[in-house]
Amino acid sequence: MEPFKSLISTAVPLPVEHVDTDQIIPARFLKMVTKRGFGEQLFRDWRYHRDGQPNADFVLNNPVYRGEILVAGHNFGCGSSREHAAWALVQYGFRVVVSSEFADIFKNNALNNGLLTVEVTPEVLHEVFSVIERSPAARFEIDLPEQRFTILETGQEVHFEINPFKKQCLVRGMDELDYLLSLDQDISAFEQRQITFA
Amino acid sequence: MARTTFDKIWDAHVVTSTGDGSDVLYIDRHFVHEVTSPQAFDTLAEKGIPVRRTDKTTATADHNVPTINQHLPISERLSREQVAVLERNCEEFGVEYYGLQHHNQGIVHVIGPELGLTRPGMTIVCGDSHTSTHGAFGCIAFGIGTSQVAQVLATQCVLMSRPRTMRITVTGQRAAGVQAKDIILYIIARLGTGGATGHFVEYAGEAIEALSMEERMTICNMSIEMGARGGLIAPDETTYRYLKGRPFAPVEQWEAAVEAWQALRSDPGAQFDTEYTFDAADIAPMITYGTNPGMGIPVTGRIPAANGSTASMQKALAYMGFKPDMSLLGHRIDHVFIGSCTNARIEDLRAAAAFVKGKSKAPHVRAMVIPGSMRVRTQAIDEGLQDVFEAAGFEFREPGCSACLGMNEDKVPAGAYCVSTSNRNFEGRQGRGARTILASPLTAAASAIAGHIVDVREVIA
Repeated sequence: MEPFKSLISTAVPLPVEHVDTDQIIPARFLKMVTKRGFGEQLFRDWRYHRDGQPNADFVLNNPVYRGEILVAGHNFGCGSSREHAAWALVQYGFRVVVSSEFADIFKNNALNNGLLTVEVTPEVLHEVFSVIERSPAARFEIDLPEQRFTILETGQEVHFEINPFKKQCLVRGMDELDYLLSLDQDISAFEQRQITFA
Repeated sequence: MARTTFDKIWDAHVVTSTGDGSDVLYIDRHFVHEVTSPQAFDTLAEKGIPVRRTDKTTATADHNVPTINQHLPISERLSREQVAVLERNCEEFGVEYYGLQHHNQGIVHVIGPELGLTRPGMTIVCGDSHTSTHGAFGCIAFGIGTSQVAQVLATQCVLMSRPRTMRITVTGQRAAGVQAKDIILYIIARLGTGGATGHFVEYAGEAIEALSMEERMTICNMSIEMGARGGLIAPDETTYRYLKGRPFAPVEQWEAAVEAWQALRSDPGAQFDTEYTFDAADIAPMITYGTNPGMGIPVTGRIPAANGSTASMQKALAYMGFKPDMSLLGHRIDHVFIGSCTNARIEDLRAAAAFVKGKSKAPHVRAMVIPGSMRVRTQAIDEGLQDVFEAAGFEFREPGCSACLGMNEDKVPAGAYCVSTSNRNFEGRQGRGARTILASPLTAAASAIAGHIVDVREVIA
């Protein structure tokens, strides 16, 4: 995993609440057995008409909006546990998603793939959408070590929370699995003392 | 200090802590299926590491399988290859695999409980959000992503920060025609689709205790639909009666096991971070009108003017072809799907069949019954339910997730209305453009007969 420290980018607004992982990546694309090829299918059914033509009304098809930050409505990533949703967002080119709430499993999947979830208050989220609407070229800064999200247009700085262990993994580009593997002796000791019934 | 059931199970499974708010949690049972595991097995292969506890790992094929002709090779190439990859991985890594045609095969959240692999006090994970189902037995059970599937395969552990706790108490008694599905759809409608995010739920109260294990599984199954990490119900005599004699249930140490399980109940005075109380008498048969499971109303109700932001509400109603203040009673439907990890157990099929018996489906409706597992299917056939369904014009098919998520051929056409016993009414969930109305097995069966949405209370004897 690539280390994540900071980022300055424009943002893509998706002011829809409860965006579920079936929208992020529909189930029919989950038949692949590798981690490749999901970026093209990101938001597939919102992004393309049934005949395969791009839907001009969908934000990813609007050349005005570009950037490595996706700003989405409340409760982003609800529904299915499919990690393919995180893979699709990363492969498309997003490195950060900003919302006022993330579904738990999605958040975990995102962080495990170097995709930073920045949770802000509903008021800040509203402000971010307003700033992008006023000036689509507005830039935002994310400083992960400082846990700081800045609307550069206005200078407004907000603090965001992140699980400390996940933060360390992201900043160092470290994989959780390697940490768990290093606990082999503790796990064996647990297995020795656990009582089970046959 | 007085502890909740959740606290007791969690505390008993902490291997160690990171020191900054995360626990390394030991997992007692890991269920694996074809869709979310291939990339996880690849991770192990790349690192050259084995599955740590093959005896705690169980695999089946359910999400991406056809529900007819399971004795033949899967005709769709990608599905055939995905199932073959699971089979090969299980063989290489030594994991027990219940493939198509195996008598233990079925939807992962149906087979775990019916085999007795799911038992009180356990921690259970699967690369599937409806793993919360297993909480019905008094377990901490939750869905994980593929990175965590790899972690559990390799180390039998996950890294988690402890969720907050929530208790949802349902008092009183439910009316005739109100099923477990109606209770949980009512709760989700009240809390909203993100109303329990960050929490682990315990369901309690008279109306919950009165439920059978099948019904409890329906309740816990949909915990994720209000954002909860999981949901559980404390084990009791109903739980033990269900488990005793199951293939993997304890035999020699049965008494000791029950004694340990009894100690799992939340202590009197145990504190929950959030509490809700509902009265079962207030709950009517429920249906959904929108594109998330929180958008539910009593079957006799009207679509509200607002639910969340105006833009999101308008988008949902435009997709569904509905308008605010509309009643859905009598609304024509095209499909009925009775199946999924929410409602495809033997009791669900019995309830639907008891209503359907001697009647015929409306000619314009396509009605499908997909048993949750091979065991459920066999039992349904033995009890004559297949004959009942087929005589009424329903298709009675083979086990799998089917039209719940539309990965296989069992899809609902664009624009068509489907009354479904599944768990998600998301846009496109049952097929691109499909319009899903979530409901109980009884409401689904009665609507198939009528050809439109009905209030089961009006039609049951």
